[in-house]
Amino acid sequence: MSIIIDRRLNDRNKNAVNRSRFLRRYKEQIQHSVDEMVTKRSITDMERGGTVNIPLKDISEPSFRHGPGGDNESVHPGNRSFSEGDRLPRPPSGGGGQGGQGQGDGEDDFTFSLSREEFMNLFFDDLELPRLARTVLGDVREFKWRRAGYTPSGVPSNLSVLRSLRNASARRIAVSAAVRRELAEVEQQLVRAPDPELELRATELRKRLDAVPFLDDIDLRFRNRVREPQPMARAAMFCLMDVSASMTEDKKDLAKRFFTLLYLFLSRKYERVDLIFVRHTDNAQEVDEETFFYGTQSGGTIVLSALKLTDEIIEARYSPSTWNLYCAQVSDGDAFGADPEKSRAFLQDRLLPQLRYFAYVEIPDEPEHLGSLAHAYARIDDQRFAMKSVTERGEIFPVLRELFSKETA
Amino acid sequence: MSAVPAVHTLSTGAEWSFDLLDTYDRAIREIAVGEFKLDCYPNQIEVIASEQMLDAYASLGLPIGYAHWSFGKEFIRNEHLYRKGHQGLAYEIVINSNPCIAYLMEENTMAMQALVIAHACYGHNSFFKGNYLFRQWTDADAIIDYMVFAKKYVMQCEQRFGEEAVEEVLDSCHALMSHGVDRYHHPAPLSVEDEQRRHIEREKHAWKQFDDIWRTLPKKDAGPDQRRRERQFPPEPQENLLYFVEKHSPKLEPWQAEIVRIVRKMAQYFYPQGQTKVMNEGWATFWHYTLLHRLFDKGLVDSGFMLEVLSAHTNVIAQRGYDQRGYGGLNPYALGFAMFTDLRRICEHPTAEDRQWFPEFAGGDWQKVLDFAMRNYKDESFIGQYLSPKLIRDFHLFAVADHESDDKLVIDAIHNEHGYRKLRRLLAAQYNRDNQIPDIQIVNYNRRGDRSLTLRHRQHRGRPLNEATEEVLKHLHRLWGFNVRLVTVDDADKELGVREVRAA
Repeated sequence: MSIIIDRRLNDRNKNAVNRSRFLRRYKEQIQHSVDEMVTKRSITDMERGGTVNIPLKDISEPSFRHGPGGDNESVHPGNRSFSEGDRLPRPPSGGGGQGGQGQGDGEDDFTFSLSREEFMNLFFDDLELPRLARTVLGDVREFKWRRAGYTPSGVPSNLSVLRSLRNASARRIAVSAAVRRELAEVEQQLVRAPDPELELRATELRKRLDAVPFLDDIDLRFRNRVREPQPMARAAMFCLMDVSASMTEDKKDLAKRFFTLLYLFLSRKYERVDLIFVRHTDNAQEVDEETFFYGTQSGGTIVLSALKLTDEIIEARYSPSTWNLYCAQVSDGDAFGADPEKSRAFLQDRLLPQLRYFAYVEIPDEPEHLGSLAHAYARIDDQRFAMKSVTERGEIFPVLRELFSKETA
Repeated sequence: MSAVPAVHTLSTGAEWSFDLLDTYDRAIREIAVGEFKLDCYPNQIEVIASEQMLDAYASLGLPIGYAHWSFGKEFIRNEHLYRKGHQGLAYEIVINSNPCIAYLMEENTMAMQALVIAHACYGHNSFFKGNYLFRQWTDADAIIDYMVFAKKYVMQCEQRFGEEAVEEVLDSCHALMSHGVDRYHHPAPLSVEDEQRRHIEREKHAWKQFDDIWRTLPKKDAGPDQRRRERQFPPEPQENLLYFVEKHSPKLEPWQAEIVRIVRKMAQYFYPQGQTKVMNEGWATFWHYTLLHRLFDKGLVDSGFMLEVLSAHTNVIAQRGYDQRGYGGLNPYALGFAMFTDLRRICEHPTAEDRQWFPEFAGGDWQKVLDFAMRNYKDESFIGQYLSPKLIRDFHLFAVADHESDDKLVIDAIHNEHGYRKLRRLLAAQYNRDNQIPDIQIVNYNRRGDRSLTLRHRQHRGRPLNEATEEVLKHLHRLWGFNVRLVTVDDADKELGVREVRAA
């Protein structure tokens, strides 16, 4: 007799462990693919899985096998025109028609897909993001517990005593109504004329009344709570970048990661995040993302122009009363003459009061060397302001640390 | 196929249900066990979803296994191919255990489920139970329990010694897996009692045979040759590398040796499957074909059902020619199915040629002949014994010789009178394990000296080892802990080259 079992509800992800071990083992190669994806993708599009290629030879599992060469015969089906003794040139791949061990069609790369979580984890690993920040970013939405009436089942701590007793009393009344009515009649008759049979009936009815339980399982009511997505507001994020000739591709790549991180953070918190890209040399322009990162422009450097343009855009389109405003600035730190000091004053007095947060990242040519803009900005003492000199990816996160820790607390 | 009017079919339409599975299973069992006398383990049919099928793929078809990245790699590869639509999933997976576990996919139609039940639960199942290799080498009752133990044990080791330490051992063991199987049974070691008894018996014998005259014979001096042989360990070359490592490695911790043992046991469990691919699949395919046709003849299924079954069946046994796109060698399903079908034909309708080639059983009882073949052969011997000239013609087989000394390939034999025997011999040899796995044996363990290990690779017809050899030696070195040397010799024991991995 056969046993038939439905296993469809069993664990489906038995290989999650093996899969993650594979990813860990070949992290270096996979990271390489992820880097390429980060460069190619738009900031707002960063958050999805992707396809990874690893050279097949990197992940092969070795074993003792025969190599090509030596004497070998193989049998194949489908002969059409060969006769015994025919001589054929060797196929170019060498080895000749090997005994059909089904080596596949010689793929060069091992290709597979990363899920969204895996991709984001690798992206965060690269930025050395601490765990806490990851959970903030990893959470798709924020939820809040809300009371939602009562349910007949739940844990004892949620028991609503008032409701339960009210139910019990209603049940008792309903269940015993008929009995009490009869009892009343019987008692009335007894008052008029005592009768042992009626007496017996009365005792029985009283017994039945007593048997109605005071509190029954079906009376219990528990307070119900549901998780509900929190209503979210909207935010606007200004990306400011110096695009003068001294900003190399590497620096722009670093900047992109910085902007992405801030964007991810904001997109978690807010329903809608508008991105505004402002680039500047000696004058500022609002551009689209493509132009922002890959367009070329040359000229001097006037930081103030970008700050002023930002202010104008806020004035025109993003009123601080209805928008949460965030601003991220990247520069290599070069600024000349009175510009740094003027910029600081403008930022501190005019711009910062309207913003939730302003993060400045400087990417100097040599580490430890602070540009003149950083020197000026260093005098800003404000909770909403953060700055850092960054030369490597791992150093990006500390700039936003305060923002993250403040918002998660 | 004679169409009997459908009096009362078991079901109509593609939908299946658990009740229907049971009904079909009963109907098929009645034919398989009742009419054709197949001897099977009890069946455990499990219905699973496609993701679970992907899971089962990765762990070599076992329902449970220890964690290792290589299974993850396999899983990722299959998942990617499946999601992109490059590859469908197998209809079933069947496990050589008692009860015999077969997985059915929930996406299959009723006809496909019936096909799978016939194929796996009665075809493969009876093969697992009957074939001598499986009987000899696998313990169907214990495999699931053993894998549960292995999974737990590896997990505990990971907790105690770290994932990386465990992974290193497993990596090295996997590299040597194909050289971790016994091909011959060793006699069970004697118990102390037996040994003592034997000792006493021998002494008694010597006592009875005692003759003082032998003492007077001059003793022959033990030559240097014999002294060297006495020092030799192991006394005979050992082909089970993992076994030797497990028992004798000077550096392995007990837990590491246990992991080596786990991998070795798994390799041994899969050893029969690798050698009976053609037979096993052929047998199962032959039976699903036969059983379902019988079902149709009895009027239990309609022709729509049969058409779907036959369409799947023809896909499974499709054989592409060597010059066609997607050719990947001989299809074991096609060859195996053709051979078993042909055996039946030879019994039922023998031709003059068959009587000349197979006088022992041409015209005999086909059920007995097939049963005998299934029980007592593996691919190599099965083909060597039963491949008929008719099949060689049907498949248009031809053999290509690729010799080192010749700059051209030569057609060795084709499907004609002159070539039949040669083709049969060559095709059988192609399924010989030695043709796929090089002959590498441990010849010396220098126990008293530097503890180095010497392996001997005897070249099979001048075929060198592949590029990965150095890597595998490093793995062996990791398990062994001391110098490892691989000496390559030719057929005449002439030394051709030495590879060595020295301890850092």
